[in-house]
Amino acid sequence: METLIHNLVAAGTFGTNSSLVAALVIFVLSAVVFLGVAFPFAGIVSWVERRVWARIQSRVGPNRVGPNGFLQWLADGVKHVCKEDIVPDDSDATLFKIAPYLVVLAFVLPWAVMPFSSSLILADLNVGILYMTSVTALTVVGVLMAGWASNDKWSLIGGIRSAAQIVSYEIPAGLSIFPIVLMTGTLSMQGIIKGQGWAPQHWFIFANPFTFIAANILYVSALAEGNRTPFDLPEAESELVAGFATEYSGMRYLFFFMAEWGNLFIIGAIITALFLGGWQFPHVTKNPVLMNVLELITFNVKVLALVFVSMWVRGTLPRVRIDQLMSVCWKYFVPIAFINMIGTAIWVAIWPDGNAFMGYIMLAGAIVVAVIFIQRVIFYLRRSRMEMYFKPTI
Amino acid sequence: MTGVSAYVQNIKQTVSTIFEGMAITASHFMRKPYTVQYPDRMAVRVQDTLPFRYRGILEVDLEICTGCLACERACPIDCITIVADKDPVTKQLLLSQFDIDIAKCMYCGLCSEPCPTGSIHHTTEFEGADYSLESLIRRFVKDPVIAYKPKKGPETDPRIAPILNRGMAYLDQWAIPGSDKDAANKAAADKALDQPDAGDAA
Repeated sequence: METLIHNLVAAGTFGTNSSLVAALVIFVLSAVVFLGVAFPFAGIVSWVERRVWARIQSRVGPNRVGPNGFLQWLADGVKHVCKEDIVPDDSDATLFKIAPYLVVLAFVLPWAVMPFSSSLILADLNVGILYMTSVTALTVVGVLMAGWASNDKWSLIGGIRSAAQIVSYEIPAGLSIFPIVLMTGTLSMQGIIKGQGWAPQHWFIFANPFTFIAANILYVSALAEGNRTPFDLPEAESELVAGFATEYSGMRYLFFFMAEWGNLFIIGAIITALFLGGWQFPHVTKNPVLMNVLELITFNVKVLALVFVSMWVRGTLPRVRIDQLMSVCWKYFVPIAFINMIGTAIWVAIWPDGNAFMGYIMLAGAIVVAVIFIQRVIFYLRRSRMEMYFKPTI
Repeated sequence: MTGVSAYVQNIKQTVSTIFEGMAITASHFMRKPYTVQYPDRMAVRVQDTLPFRYRGILEVDLEICTGCLACERACPIDCITIVADKDPVTKQLLLSQFDIDIAKCMYCGLCSEPCPTGSIHHTTEFEGADYSLESLIRRFVKDPVIAYKPKKGPETDPRIAPILNRGMAYLDQWAIPGSDKDAANKAAADKALDQPDAGDAA
């Protein structure tokens, strides 16, 4: 990003003071990204998610406000902002008020290293992926703070559960990133993406069997870190009243859930960048602007597909118990992630430049699994009671 | 050894069950939702689709109310208020108040059963939402009315007979299960027709 601006400055577009112009442009662009992309994304995802669940449960979902209920997220936002901001008696008011901002901070900070395309990245840190996993873990501080400061036993239990859950799942998530770092030898987001190709057989998810398992473990761990069903134990509205969010109202409550929906994009972006080839697109044109737009579209399509999958998972799976959650993490994910790491290390030692043949085999296997899946879907469609589905008036 | 096999078995089971579950929910994306979108976008009004003896909001037909207060006595929660006095001049029973508080009413139907003429009865109306509790009190008497005196047995009275016979439609359409429908139908209809005679004395 900075080099792009410096090149434009060198071409005489902006005058002479290049570093000042670069800083200003980055400042404005980051404000645009945060206010114009991150927050509306969180809102729109809330509407999409409700529509997706509705279809899974044979309902219609929000369809009154705006075309197909699209403006529902704006209506909800305005309603929440207009509500009274209640701070409970005898609570730690300062911590209680700060907590939602910390959670939102954990949601906006990763956008700094989000690799939208080969040039569109605010800061290509050489510790990019490490930075991303570190700042997303800030959520636990906010949630624990909210739980403790609320002066409420439901909130406290929710906060403690959150600490147990998010800190535990950091470990398999971190261990699943190691194989990719071993294969590329860099922590930079752009460096990792440039290690892959645009074709699926060149993606790291199909590099070898270990990275395939690592991708799945990282995805599930990221869901758990983002407090998503089936791992939404901190905010378990049927057991704890609403977990850490029990005492929150109005805009502060909205912040927690905006961060949750926004985190879906972060989860998808991490998986896309590490395992699914990121913005990689075949070089069809020499025009840098057009190329960047194509790469941006590629990246976003991949991320939104993963966001959809996480909604689909949320519509499918029930919430796990706290002991099941812990046993999944410590008895299954952590050992398997260690095996992955060692296996990838051995793989890289044997084939330092990767095994091109393995990519094709893995891709073929994935296609076979997808075909079996489609067959199962057709089976369940045939088995459904079609007489129940009269022509709906939507 | 069993521990290791159980471990592997657990992983296999988790993966296969999630695979099947995701297939089931994916099949739902291809199906149509069958929500009934109640207030609008309905082909027919819901009130028209309800069974005949649906216990909706109460209604009083004051033209055939005898002022016997049977409904007021039957009501378990006292949501019916009737004021019926004898006119000192004409010696007729005057109904000056007949209120039903449908905010209190629990739609048990006990008031409509003892009514000798079927004056108080349920409708299929159920949309009672309003902005104030006061407007939920239904006042049926605007000006004092003279209570109705049945000339003969109510089942022969031309004004009451259609109301009483409405119950038979329910028996014909819904209440008789089984194959010998006609015989049972007739017996039930006869039995139901006998009952208003017993209440005639009131």
